[in-house]
Amino acid sequence: MVPKYVIVGNSAGGIGAAEAIREVDSEGSICIISDEPFPVYSRPLISEFLAGERTLDGMLYRPRDFYQQNAIEALLGQKVAGIDFPGARVVLEGSESLPWERLLLATGGTPIVPNIAGRDKEGVFTFTTLEDARRMERFLEGKPRVVVIGGGLIGMSLASALVKRGVGVVMVELLDRVLGAVLDEPASRLVEGVLREAGIELITGQAVREITGKSFEEGRVGGVVLQDGRQLSCGLVVIAIGGAPRTELVKNSPVKVNRGIVVDRHMATSYPHVYACGDVAEGYDFVYGTGRLTPIWPNAYLGGRIAGYNMAGKQTLYPGGTAANSFKYFGYPLVSAGMVNPQDGCEVLVSRQDRSYRKVVLKDDHIVGLVFAGDIQQAGVAFGLMREGVNVRPFKDALVRDDFGLTFIPQGLRRAGLGVSPREMVP
Amino acid sequence: MKRVHIREEVCVTCRRCEVYCTVEHSLSRDIIKAYKKERPRLLARVRVQERGALSVPVLCRHCDEPSCVFACLTGALRKDPETGAVVLNREKCVGCWTCVLFCPHGAITPDPQRHIIAKCDLCSHLPVPACVANCPNEALIFAEEGVGA
Ligand SMILES: Cc1cc2nc3c(=O)[nH]c(=O)nc-3n(C[C@H](O)[C@H](O)[C@H](O)COP(=O)(O)OP(=O)(O)OC[C@H]3O[C@@H](n4cnc5c(N)ncnc54)[C@H](O)[C@@H]3O)c2cc1C
Ligand code: SF4
Ligand code: SF4
Repeated sequence: MVPKYVIVGNSAGGIGAAEAIREVDSEGSICIISDEPFPVYSRPLISEFLAGERTLDGMLYRPRDFYQQNAIEALLGQKVAGIDFPGARVVLEGSESLPWERLLLATGGTPIVPNIAGRDKEGVFTFTTLEDARRMERFLEGKPRVVVIGGGLIGMSLASALVKRGVGVVMVELLDRVLGAVLDEPASRLVEGVLREAGIELITGQAVREITGKSFEEGRVGGVVLQDGRQLSCGLVVIAIGGAPRTELVKNSPVKVNRGIVVDRHMATSYPHVYACGDVAEGYDFVYGTGRLTPIWPNAYLGGRIAGYNMAGKQTLYPGGTAANSFKYFGYPLVSAGMVNPQDGCEVLVSRQDRSYRKVVLKDDHIVGLVFAGDIQQAGVAFGLMREGVNVRPFKDALVRDDFGLTFIPQGLRRAGLGVSPREMVP
Repeated sequence: MKRVHIREEVCVTCRRCEVYCTVEHSLSRDIIKAYKKERPRLLARVRVQERGALSVPVLCRHCDEPSCVFACLTGALRKDPETGAVVLNREKCVGCWTCVLFCPHGAITPDPQRHIIAKCDLCSHLPVPACVANCPNEALIFAEEGVGA
């Protein structure tokens, strides 16, 4: 059977596309390929897995019979080795190949591993797949101290899991604060306070220079040496300094790549009938008005959905996504979206109390960034106004009030949004 | 689909919708037990927002293009293909609050004590949602779009 749709990547983006295709085309055959052997699981939940709170079954993003129910052929545990663009075939490892009429690249990201001496030792990990979490398990048995390199989102997610396992954690961050890419300074400081309260030893403004071996067992991790010469002993090192788009399949190909795969508002690449979405693609970022890497789950799913519609012939525009994150680590709720460290010419509204903090960044009376920490219940309203591109001038001061909510939004807008009863409904 | 329509002009902030929502989703379905015994106390899935004379009961709109469903990290939220209701699988929710950020109506409430969200399920086990049935002023109406009450 010739698959009409071939999807590389069985995660948020790939599944979003497959579901959209099935909404429009119930017949065309779909084949999803992934080198991971599992049915689609929620990648962010690998930390819950590591913490012992979820098993694979509890992490499944769709029921096990999803593929069967949707007549999708899933080639799991199979790697795509290359793509023959003129021949329109994907080449699987082992030299089998598969033709496509429409191809989606939803290959996600790959962890960045810097060139640190000793990084090949046993007990050095990255943390982005369920397999990583599984392999790490074994090393945690004796409750060794763990050095986490990187104070970003993945480092945070990992640290929370390790704390739940009762393991001592040292977090080493190169910048002078954690989550520098997604938070502003006051919010980073709040998170740092929460980390320290949870017992995590935090070292900022430092990098790991070398990973050293154990005495009598040089091949296994025994400690790290920091740039300033400080030595820390540990039994496990996890490198979590960030990810890069996994573009290996389109190296030296006719598909245009910038940092990630370049796509238009239909999620189409520069090559006919080839689409891309998720962490590997530079989808439209409505805050910056251009294609950018916005590697979060919701953007991968929505971008995939739009790609799927277009692949199946239903012309649909991607509304765009931006960096938008939600944290619950260590019981402290915090969300951020868009431009949190404003450029020149932006207006910044801030309110702050004890453990709660709100900041909204405006440009020409439009919201371009926000941070809500502590009480996040109404953050969605602000983020909605941001996505819709609403001019907030008449009520902007309310955005950072404690009691901010729909009541501050002009009646017409509020009613339209809520689908409030049309006039003729009033008895 | 049938939705709960909001008529803010006749809402008087009595908050009976909140009370009956809480009771309906409690274990005992008894008002005294639900409020005085069950701990942690359930959160209402409809919340009346008040400012001056304005009073707006806010609850999930069961959107046609539900951004909460698209955003949910775990697959806990989905739109029921039959009823159109946006429903939560409590087993799957991990309380990551991503949907809270993505709901443009602020209709999802984090329940940090239970590590899951609280959101309207349209009382799918009842003919009419409890909030609607107990609103004394018909500020909440359960009806198809564009159909008179
Ligand atoms: C620990 C952790 C925590 C996270 N927490 C959050 C969070 O709280 N909120 C949030 O929004 N996001 C979070 N993320 C990010 C989120 O997981 C990603 O944005 C999302 O998974 C991207 O989906 P995707 O479909 O683009 O790609 P991925 O999920 O990366 O999946 C791509 C798949 O394609 C496969 N693949 C790639 N190349 C090939 C090939 N050549 N052949 C076969 N298969 C291939 C890969 O093996 C992989 O299975 C987290 C990520 C991690 C690792
Ligand atoms: S929770 Fe919000 S986004 Fe989701 S369906 Fe309800 S109103 Fe729409
Ligand atoms: S809080 Fe629950 S329902 Fe909301 S996105 Fe997270 S897992 Fe999904």
